[in-house]
Amino acid sequence: MATINVSHAKARGLPRAGGPVPAARRRKAPLGSRIRRNLTSYAFLVGAILCFLLFSWYPIVHEFLLSFQHLNVIGQSEGWRGWRNYENMIHDPGFWTSVRVTLMFTGLALIFGYAMPFVLAVGLNEFRHAQSYFRLLVYLPVMLPPVAAAFLWKWFYTPDNSGMFNSLLHFLHLPTSAWLQSPNNTFVVFCMVVFSTWSNMGSGVLIYLASLQGIPGELYEAAELDGAGIIKRVWHVTIPQTRLILSLMLLTQIVATMQTFTESLVLTGGANGTGTMVYLIYQDATNLSNFGGSAAISSVLLVVLALFSGAYLYVNRRSAEV
Amino acid sequence: MADSQTRTLISRAQLSRPLARRIYWTALVVTIVVFAVFFLFPLYWVASSGLKSAAEVEQIPQTLIPHTWEWGNYATAWSNYDLGRLIFNTAYYAFGALVLQLIFDVAAAYALSKLRPVLGNAVLFLMLGTLMIPATVLVIPNYLTAVNVPLLHWSLINSPLAIWLPSVANGFNIFLLKRFFDSIPEELMAAAAIDGAGPLRALRSIVLPMSRPILAVVSIFAMVAVWKDVLWPLLVITDTSKMTINVGLLNLTGDGIPMNVEMASLTVAAIPTIIFFLIFQRNIMSGLTAGSLKG
Repeated sequence: MATINVSHAKARGLPRAGGPVPAARRRKAPLGSRIRRNLTSYAFLVGAILCFLLFSWYPIVHEFLLSFQHLNVIGQSEGWRGWRNYENMIHDPGFWTSVRVTLMFTGLALIFGYAMPFVLAVGLNEFRHAQSYFRLLVYLPVMLPPVAAAFLWKWFYTPDNSGMFNSLLHFLHLPTSAWLQSPNNTFVVFCMVVFSTWSNMGSGVLIYLASLQGIPGELYEAAELDGAGIIKRVWHVTIPQTRLILSLMLLTQIVATMQTFTESLVLTGGANGTGTMVYLIYQDATNLSNFGGSAAISSVLLVVLALFSGAYLYVNRRSAEV
Repeated sequence: MADSQTRTLISRAQLSRPLARRIYWTALVVTIVVFAVFFLFPLYWVASSGLKSAAEVEQIPQTLIPHTWEWGNYATAWSNYDLGRLIFNTAYYAFGALVLQLIFDVAAAYALSKLRPVLGNAVLFLMLGTLMIPATVLVIPNYLTAVNVPLLHWSLINSPLAIWLPSVANGFNIFLLKRFFDSIPEELMAAAAIDGAGPLRALRSIVLPMSRPILAVVSIFAMVAVWKDVLWPLLVITDTSKMTINVGLLNLTGDGIPMNVEMASLTVAAIPTIIFFLIFQRNIMSGLTAGSLKG
């Protein structure tokens, strides 16, 4: 990690982008050599610029344009249709279901999945042994192919008694559950969140562990001398010291969970109103070939996610300046 | 990792009391077991279920250890469902994405950091601006681009380029690489220029050798992104012989595949990534913190 942190260059007063240009460069170079330098530069840049143009810059504009167009089944434009795609969207109960599922997923993931990695990291940080074992295991699910992990959990959630969770409950003489096929929509989304937390928690835990190790021990020392117990030390030292990373992770998680797709696709197939917004975008485009409607939903999600990501970049930048 | 110098929430003195020590060891052992149950047991469960007979895998109550060890399930999974092909495809896409990102993103970040052309800052701003827009919400226009590339009128559907080219448009790579290149002293670059080294030579013999850590991080991200992606390959790779492991698994489970063979397939699908993780765990874990904090 230390090798990646490059702020030492700034500390030594070395020039950085936008900073003072070295004397050799400040003298105006002859026009010919300046042109040559620019041509070389753009030769280096051209590959990346083309890829950004095709798959990032143009699509951002294209997305909004598409959302105002009538598109045929193979996605070719058949003229403008104003706000029709958006009107159809807000009158479609399926859209509001997907919004509800997405918000429910994001909300439950915040309640259930956000605190968990932090609490776990604070606990794990106290152990003087088996650290690499913990790190390895908690990160293992992150590395699995997501569809394989989701199928695995779908099978654990099997509603009859051959499912692993029901087997376990049955063995303990507890009532079993229908899990993903439960009529209770919120509970189904909750089951999806549990899977999602299991499979994604690892990165959060490792990021928190890294930042916990940066907390100066003297702070705990001082708190202890002041008679602060463990809970108070967490509250007055650990949390304030990791506040920045906590807020960054909050925004990261919101942006990530609002893009939930695989959970809907594999675990429930979007049945009984459990499809997220991204799932609906996928469905509209592939099953209904309704590219215009799909682009309208995407545009809405784009704006919302851009706001959260913008907040992330703002917080991160502010922290770098301090 | 337990650094003996740093103190954490609980001090060493506190821990060395006999009662505290007993609590510590109990908590440690309990946590080790709980971790094994949560993170290893599911993997054991799927791998061992892949060995069970068709009847046993559906049996109530479930058996913890398979009665019969039917290795044939794994052979069936491998041969009937073409898992080797899916794994190879995924590796091929991942490797290609890695190579293209290393070439184009490194070159771009180098130009923006060291060569600083006219309008370089505008290009940088536009590239970093894309960090605000997750690729997921761009799948529709991107799909239409892949179906019919503007001006050129090529179709990238079922072509590896459909995976590779969008992977290069990665603002985060540009950000990481440029920030790292910025830290390479101008003096070194000036010295190289005086020695007559052109920009390419300076990149090869000064910048790249110094940038190994960040290149490792970018490489890992590039590979992991490809095998974690579901939605994009689902849209652009429709030919069964070209699918990635994620899309292939979605396809295969629709076929009324027996449960024990499905579990064997999931196990096989997970093995390459687990091996990759075990080999590169250090790089993967240190890469996690690369993006956050400290501009």
